[in-house]
Amino acid sequence: MTLLNIILQVATDPGFAKMGAGIGAGLAAVGAGIGIGRIGGSALESMARQPEMSGDLRANMIVAAALVEGAVFFAIVLCLLIVFK
Amino acid sequence: MTRSKSKITKYLIPFFLIIFYVAYAGIKMAYADEPKNEIAPTPEKTEISASVHSPESEVVSEHKSEKLDAGKMILEHIADAHDWHIAGHLSIPLPIIIKDATGFKFFSSSRFEHGHAAYLGYKIVENKIAAVNEDGTVIQDASFYDLSITKNVASMFFAVFTLLWIMLSIAGRYKKDSLRAPKGIQSLVEPLIIFLRDEVVKPSIGPKYEKFLPYLLTIFFFIFINNLFGLIPFMPGGANVTGNIAITLVLATFTFVITSYNGNKGYWKHIVLPPGVPMWLLPMMIPIEIIGTLNKPIVLMIRLFANITAGHIIILGFLSLIFIFAEMNAGLGYGVSIVSVSFSVFMYMLELLVAFLQAYVFTLLSSLYFGAAVEEHHTEDHH
Repeated sequence: MTLLNIILQVATDPGFAKMGAGIGAGLAAVGAGIGIGRIGGSALESMARQPEMSGDLRANMIVAAALVEGAVFFAIVLCLLIVFK
Repeated sequence: MTRSKSKITKYLIPFFLIIFYVAYAGIKMAYADEPKNEIAPTPEKTEISASVHSPESEVVSEHKSEKLDAGKMILEHIADAHDWHIAGHLSIPLPIIIKDATGFKFFSSSRFEHGHAAYLGYKIVENKIAAVNEDGTVIQDASFYDLSITKNVASMFFAVFTLLWIMLSIAGRYKKDSLRAPKGIQSLVEPLIIFLRDEVVKPSIGPKYEKFLPYLLTIFFFIFINNLFGLIPFMPGGANVTGNIAITLVLATFTFVITSYNGNKGYWKHIVLPPGVPMWLLPMMIPIEIIGTLNKPIVLMIRLFANITAGHIIILGFLSLIFIFAEMNAGLGYGVSIVSVSFSVFMYMLELLVAFLQAYVFTLLSSLYFGAAVEEHHTEDHH
């Protein structure tokens, strides 16, 4: 199909919104995975270098993970809104 | 004198709880005896089912067993409602309080018959109250205040009573003899309070932490208890309180107001005139900083709301998988139930962690914002 046909379909067919929401939620999950994976990875690395700091590091890791999840959940909520409205 | 006072305090709160329920039941019975033909303006709808008026519950038994609409069921569980659904078709109708031009209207939501009947000019349309004409069409732009006790409000009251009961009995025990070894619920709550004070509030705020400590402890325990009660599947839990964005909005607004009120000159100077920024960049920095200030409470609100709601949706989704598969084939339903239930147990454990974690993060971030607001201005170091 030509590009114009595809664009016409996207503009008129309401089902594409749901597909967009699905892709958006998937991307949000990827973002969460990357972000929290990096946080966890660097925290574990530092704990291996200096085991006596691991309590401190654990607390800060959890805080940073929660902050990243905040942004991710915002995307998820938007996608849910698209699907259910 | 203090001895008898703490003993009475311990029993006051459940006493009030019982009084509240008895009063509610009494009012309900009083309204239940009202004959139906006093509802003059609206056309009388024949009762679809035989309702048995008992003090605490109403049975509406007209639904035949319908196919499970999983999406609708999940959304119903997440959202607020004007009656508290207990099991099957059993639900407690909650009081409706409406303030409009003619004054206060107070009646039970069973008058609305789950959206089939209008009462006193109002009707439930899509889970909200709307003003209707006599023939049932909705009046647009009607101005009235819906102050009803909905499911979330009732659950919040219950959580508040529980919290008051726990905290007042602990405080009473401290007043009696503050050096005595902790016992009972004190030994559960006291380490939490000390952990919050020493690991969260004191390092974040510094020497002025005592001013903010009561608010932060209240926020933590309020969010924690409401998260936990939202996870309990039956009455009086099961209402998605902290997953209601209006409630998290209010909590975030409290934090924002307290931060702004306590912000000292250095705090506001950092926002309006960030130090070390070259002059030509300033007009761009100011909107960014203002948005940054507003963004913090908004993100607090969304974080808590989305975490709790997403957890509830996941658990409900896993459990409704059982029924979806069961409709296809009964055996498949049993098979899936093993997997579903084990996943649900795992998600419940995760949700317990999230309940504590979200309360902790909310409190931690609030205390960090307070700390930034009251921070003493150090000598200007190179930024």
